[in-house]
Amino acid sequence: MSVVHVEQLQKSFGSFVALKSIDLTVNKGEVFGFIGPNGAGKSVTIRTLLGIIRASSGQAHIFGKDVWTDAVDIHRRLAYVPGDVHLWPNLTGGEVIDLFGKLRGSIDRSKKEEMIERFSLDPKKKCRTYSKGNRQKVALVAAFSSNAELYILDEPTSGLDPLMEQVFQQCVQEIKDQGKSVLLSSHILSEVEKLCDRIGIIREGEIIETGTLKEMRHLTRIQMTVQADQSLTMLKNVPGIHDLANTDGQWTFQADNENLDEIIRFLAPLGVKKLESKPPALEDLFMRHYENQTRMDNSNV
Amino acid sequence: MFKNTKTLSAFMFKRDRFLIPIWVIGLVFFSLIVPPTFDEMFTTEQEREAIAETMSNPAMTALVGQGDMDNYTIGAMTAHQMLLLTAVVVGLMSILLMNRHIRTDEEAGRTEMLRALPVGRLATITAAFINVSLVNVLIALLVGFGLYTLNIESMGLEGSLLYGMVLGGTGIAFAGVATVCMQFFENSGGAIGSSIAMLFAFYILRAIGDVNYELLSSLSPLGWVMQSEVFTGNHWWPVLALIITGVCFMVLGGLLSARRDLGSGLLRATPGKTEASNYLLSPFGLAIRLQRTSIFFWALGLFILALSYGSVFGDLEAFFEGNDMLQQMLVGDHAQSIAEQFLPMILMVISILATVPPMMNVHRLYIEEKKNRVEHLLSRAVSRPQILLSYVTIATLNGLILLSLSAIGMWSAISIVMDDPLSLSTLYQATMVYYPAMLLMVGLSTVVIGLTPKLKIVLWLYLLYAFIVLYLGNLLDLPDWMGYLTPFGHVPKIPIEEISVLPLLVISGLSLLLFIIGFIGYRKRDIEG
Ligand SMILES: Nc1ncnc2c1ncn2[C@@H]1O[C@H](COP(=O)(O)OP(=O)(O)OP(=O)(O)O)[C@@H](O)[C@H]1O
Ligand SMILES: [Mg+2]
Repeated sequence: MSVVHVEQLQKSFGSFVALKSIDLTVNKGEVFGFIGPNGAGKSVTIRTLLGIIRASSGQAHIFGKDVWTDAVDIHRRLAYVPGDVHLWPNLTGGEVIDLFGKLRGSIDRSKKEEMIERFSLDPKKKCRTYSKGNRQKVALVAAFSSNAELYILDEPTSGLDPLMEQVFQQCVQEIKDQGKSVLLSSHILSEVEKLCDRIGIIREGEIIETGTLKEMRHLTRIQMTVQADQSLTMLKNVPGIHDLANTDGQWTFQADNENLDEIIRFLAPLGVKKLESKPPALEDLFMRHYENQTRMDNSNV
Repeated sequence: MFKNTKTLSAFMFKRDRFLIPIWVIGLVFFSLIVPPTFDEMFTTEQEREAIAETMSNPAMTALVGQGDMDNYTIGAMTAHQMLLLTAVVVGLMSILLMNRHIRTDEEAGRTEMLRALPVGRLATITAAFINVSLVNVLIALLVGFGLYTLNIESMGLEGSLLYGMVLGGTGIAFAGVATVCMQFFENSGGAIGSSIAMLFAFYILRAIGDVNYELLSSLSPLGWVMQSEVFTGNHWWPVLALIITGVCFMVLGGLLSARRDLGSGLLRATPGKTEASNYLLSPFGLAIRLQRTSIFFWALGLFILALSYGSVFGDLEAFFEGNDMLQQMLVGDHAQSIAEQFLPMILMVISILATVPPMMNVHRLYIEEKKNRVEHLLSRAVSRPQILLSYVTIATLNGLILLSLSAIGMWSAISIVMDDPLSLSTLYQATMVYYPAMLLMVGLSTVVIGLTPKLKIVLWLYLLYAFIVLYLGNLLDLPDWMGYLTPFGHVPKIPIEEISVLPLLVISGLSLLLFIIGFIGYRKRDIEG
């Protein structure tokens, strides 16, 4: 069952098209990773989902309700953490957490205290004296001490130290175990790899890929290194081989997953002495999308 | 310690290249525009004596200080009525400029980047002080020579220069005071607040001194301002004393600043509340909490203004007698007493001023939006109308309170100084008729915030237009329709006119319509940030 359902969502600011066409679905009980380069449109998508800005066209539903017209109803069951948390300088962290809790519905004191403890936050301090990470903790404590069904987190850990990052990951794991759903936008790939069931990659206002990590790995190429008695020049004619190169008798190339079988058959009679294969790292997987963009940006200049 | 002070100072000038001219031109213009007006208004000695008599009362002395009432030339009049208040504004300018360069930059983390460069620890503070001092010297010279070129008989070269120098000296003194005050607090709000509190305290100290106990005035830099007796006695020691005060405070500020960490204050912030009190826990409670300080100070300021306007009612007849120009500013025919004719104009001024805070109350919502804090509310179970309603409610209530306070303030003063005072109910009614006009301005603010917040400057210009046209309209012989373009122009002038309900109803109805448009707009637009 889908908790968030977005279809052909478009958003323009004047003549600038921030979202071209976004389709995405977050199912119940799943953590959905939302990644993409800076300025790709993650935050704009999320702000549209929250009814803070209005979509130019397309459909967006949360809990089966329209995100614009039923915003208040939806927000009773949802918690949001922005990446850049701006707070009122003259209120204390504790006051802000209570305010946020009350504005959503009610305050669960024991849970709030537990979270303050876990994130080791000093709630007595005025917000103006908090560091970036501490302001973020205020928002995280408010979110995790709520009893929401859906958590929308927009780069929630960009200011946290490694220890707090771990606490954050535990918290996400716990809400996931309770069967709740999470939409997590993040630039920290290890975090995404650890937490997310499914991933959507957005670039220039379009979702260019969605799926589980496993599926995505499958789509990419394997890096292979081969040493053999005979020359491997002939490999270039084999389908599914890319970037073939020879350095000091070592042949390196990339292989498409679906052609693996053929390639191995081809190599077998050539007297292979050494064969290494590396699965694509998550980094490489994403880098491909990020890099394309930079290349395109550069060529535009 | 002082390395790169010069570079920093130049950089600060560059950053302030728009702000400084605004202050300087504003202050110089203000100082130069008044004496010719006086010169035109009070041409005969008899007229000048009459106004001297009106001004010689404790309330006026407390407000503007002591003057040479026996020899009330145009020069003496200018020094008496204008010098102190202008000096206060110059002091305020210095405080704000100093703060902008020291605490605001520090808070925004910009100073940190500078400190990481080879820049001395005391360089920022010294550079800021030098800058502000130079601005003050510039004001002193421009005002000094400017006054002299006005060519008014009683305003000689020495007096004119002294007038300018006293202003500049006050500015330098309070630049020093600000450097000390800002060392104690962790944030620029506290720094500005404490500096302004010092300015206010010195002003009050002088007020008490001038009325009762001369010695107290000598303890206040603002007391020295008037003791220079510009255009009559021409004493130069206050200028010297002011500059020395400024430099001493600056040195003290430097010493203190070396003892504190960047971004912190000498006073530790006390820990606040762990839990929010119940009244905070709603959009309305939050909106009040965010604005309560400014609401309070505006109310206090307006009340004091109403008191001081009220206190001139004692000698009004003498004030207006035989002065055509002043009489021209009155609105009624001659059947009524001067007080009754004078009242509507004063109330119009007060009510336009009282419209500023309610408009600010609505505009505050946009400030919150710009600072990305509205999204915290909107991403929870709070609807847009609910948020806007909180701010609009505060504005309308605040307006009601401000007008009531003004009426009460005027009445309190009037009932003390007048032999045959106006009744509270007359005053209250005469003030409250402005409420619909005020609501209309609040309604326009709601429309602007609801639809296109970028246009809010237009509203302030509109209010300014209303002020100028209605205040100076009779004097400048402006056609009536110019006043009718503003809601304030349609308000019946009680007690000289009958109360007419129709315009008030129409204005109220329009306001309601504007509120509705504003709410509809706010439901539809994107929230920025
Ligand atoms: N209110 C606005 N008006 C105009 N353009 C906007 C507005 N908000 C966002 N944009 C533009 O939309 C694009 C997408 O921005 P968005 O904030 O969604 O990026 P993002 O994917 O969250 O990036 P990051 O990883 O840096 O957070 C950017 O080019 C941004 O400049
Ligand atoms: Mg973003």
